[in-house]
Amino acid sequence: MWGSNARNAHPIFFHHALRGVANGALMWTIDPRRTDTAKFADHWLGLNVGSDIALAHGIAREIIAAGLTDEEFIENATSGFDEFAAFVEPWTLKHTSEVTGIPSGAIRDLSHAYATADKAQICWTLGITEHHTGVDNVQSLCNLALLTGHVGRWGSGLVPLRGQNNVQGGGDMGALPNKLTGFQDVEDDEARAKFEAVWGCPIPPTNGWNLTEMFEAMERDELKAVYCIGENPVDSEADAKHARAMIERLDILVVQDVFMTRTAEVADVVFPAALGWAESDGTVTNSERRVQRMRAAVPPPGQARQELEIINDLAAAMGDEGWGAPTPEDLWEELRKVSPMHGGMSWERLEAEGGIQWPCPSEDHPGSPFLHGRLWERPAGGRRAPFSCVENRPPLDELTDEFPLRLTTVRALDSYNTGVQTEHFASPIRTGEALSISVADAEALGVVDGERVAVSSRRGTIEMTVEVEEYLAVGLCHTTFHFPETTDINQITSDAVDPKAGTAEFKAAAVRVERLADGKLAGDRA
Amino acid sequence: MSTMVEITLDGESARVPEGSTILDACRRKGIDTPTLCWAENLTPVNVCRVCVVEVEGSRVLVPSCSRNVEEGMVVATDTERVRTSRRMVYELLASSVEMDRATPEVLAWMDHYGARPDRMGDRSEIVTQAQPVKVQDDLYVRDYERCILCYKCVEACGDDAQHTYAIATAGRGFDAHISTEHDVSLPDSACVYCGNCIGVCPTGALMFKTEHDMRDAGTWDESKQSVTTTVCSFCGVGCNLELHVQDERIVKVTSPADHSVTNGHLCIKGRFGWQHAHA
Repeated sequence: MWGSNARNAHPIFFHHALRGVANGALMWTIDPRRTDTAKFADHWLGLNVGSDIALAHGIAREIIAAGLTDEEFIENATSGFDEFAAFVEPWTLKHTSEVTGIPSGAIRDLSHAYATADKAQICWTLGITEHHTGVDNVQSLCNLALLTGHVGRWGSGLVPLRGQNNVQGGGDMGALPNKLTGFQDVEDDEARAKFEAVWGCPIPPTNGWNLTEMFEAMERDELKAVYCIGENPVDSEADAKHARAMIERLDILVVQDVFMTRTAEVADVVFPAALGWAESDGTVTNSERRVQRMRAAVPPPGQARQELEIINDLAAAMGDEGWGAPTPEDLWEELRKVSPMHGGMSWERLEAEGGIQWPCPSEDHPGSPFLHGRLWERPAGGRRAPFSCVENRPPLDELTDEFPLRLTTVRALDSYNTGVQTEHFASPIRTGEALSISVADAEALGVVDGERVAVSSRRGTIEMTVEVEEYLAVGLCHTTFHFPETTDINQITSDAVDPKAGTAEFKAAAVRVERLADGKLAGDRA
Repeated sequence: MSTMVEITLDGESARVPEGSTILDACRRKGIDTPTLCWAENLTPVNVCRVCVVEVEGSRVLVPSCSRNVEEGMVVATDTERVRTSRRMVYELLASSVEMDRATPEVLAWMDHYGARPDRMGDRSEIVTQAQPVKVQDDLYVRDYERCILCYKCVEACGDDAQHTYAIATAGRGFDAHISTEHDVSLPDSACVYCGNCIGVCPTGALMFKTEHDMRDAGTWDESKQSVTTTVCSFCGVGCNLELHVQDERIVKVTSPADHSVTNGHLCIKGRFGWQHAHA
């Protein structure tokens, strides 16, 4: 488990992991914090925030140096090994230990255990991706799987745990600036022609912008109109002050959401929408690429309407009457025509089988429990899997005497993102927002548990309540971000982004904590 | 392909995979068998004895939920001795705890065997654990007067699913009861409110507060409820939710025990996070 607190963020996945542990699997947790997940692990490696690539390279170098690579797999299914081996050569156990803060022996033990295991998986979440090197971080983990052949086989693999019930499905459907449905390239003329024939309209031939690029385009006044569906960027974007300024600068903002979010409040037009999971029919796709039916159980309240109807009516109002009134099933059948990986998933099969994992190209195909099996064909099918020589680059928001503490954002078991959906139930375990700091830092600052403090970064200052946490590393502090209306963490989070993915570096801000003049204690915490 | 074992079940021969329990064999043959402490997503703890059957050569009745089949085994599931034993178990349990909020299956089996708990005496005089209902938060109600000590909640909270270990059996003999550590209140305990204990409780001793309050108000009406299976929205695992809806409002959330993702279990967000649908 690398950069993943699945015990809190993916509890039912973690039930399966714990069953594996009960059956004899060993679990390593790599996380700057000793998380609830780490407490179940055989070993916890508490690395410095943002030193993931260093650790991955250190593990890779040790596996190579100890002669534990899968030579047959590397020879037949990968490319760039020699260059990679030379690239990671400087990452000795000693050097890796210095950069990551993890003892050499622990890195060595993990390297040997991973390389010699019959089956091994690396599971990760936002601890890997919410960095300015997010894509590079993922590639550094892929290198380990390629070195050892722990990919493309039953029981082995690389497992990114998705944070939303359909973030996988959204990508599958082509809600990406460079992809059409089924991960076909927008800039591929042949692919586009296929879609144009089915959809009966031309498709712009060039890639669009990702979210970060959209905000940059707003700043340049190139993007003036936004139709925002089911997203609350005013609260959820890192450096929220800047995000709000950009959104308020738009000529027109249309928001379609189930709630009057803070983004909806600044919109010119709001379309109240039916809730996905309880008020709408359709499909969602989970982390294991399992397409499952979502079904309406209750009618949407008030003026809220099905999102499908809203979009169709909008098309009609814009002058295209040809969209008709398709049902979710009609849309699914259309999708099957253009997306080969969904081709075998009839609506009836999805109902009858309770979910099918893509790729599922034909109706007699059972679905695919894992990907990349082609790498084990001889000769390996398709393109060889490349090793990636990615540099370890520390977080962009540097620690200095002025901002000496590393702030990382985390998630609580009973809350979800900006709290829009979870604030409505009375959780007995909800403790509100607090800044957790180490015992040593609390002593050095002269602050006590429950004290209100000022937390400043290069972007701004907010007031928070301190929670002194045993076992937390010196120099590290953390907080959730579930209560933006009372504690707007994203006023101080880093505005650095990964240029490859556009993901913000929520996991690494540099902050300063100061006592308030009146030294007040929190009454009721926010 | 597993090895098959030949047994005789109610006079007919049956071939079942080695390692199956007698209960598995009964289900394969379509022989309906009552259970209380058994659940398909938990390890059998063999405490209720309501699933007992006769096995030739065995002096005592055997619990079908946890006895594995053996080659040549001769099993009878509906003899007078089995019926009497099952009826007695229901009568003894129901004479000491109130069963009127038990699952429909439990009530149907009691009816099937003609269980008459009152012949054991007046329940108000022999009840062993008279105590007030525990309502310590907005999500759970624990009414231990209805608890038959089947241990399912303990198993679901522990090794079989949740690994939280917030509850265990405390006390001995008549004092045996399900308790948090040092009997602290639930919000002060290790409980993380996944609701998986409530999900497996067969007698209504553990209940979601929404259901408990509606029952007390007389508005709980399962004949007016529909159940729709959908997918939870709170992470990417894809847990299936069964939304129990009455009068266009969600009143309870459960999860299908036979689904490969959840095995019937949920977390606090999936179990209770639905309230924004009616905000």
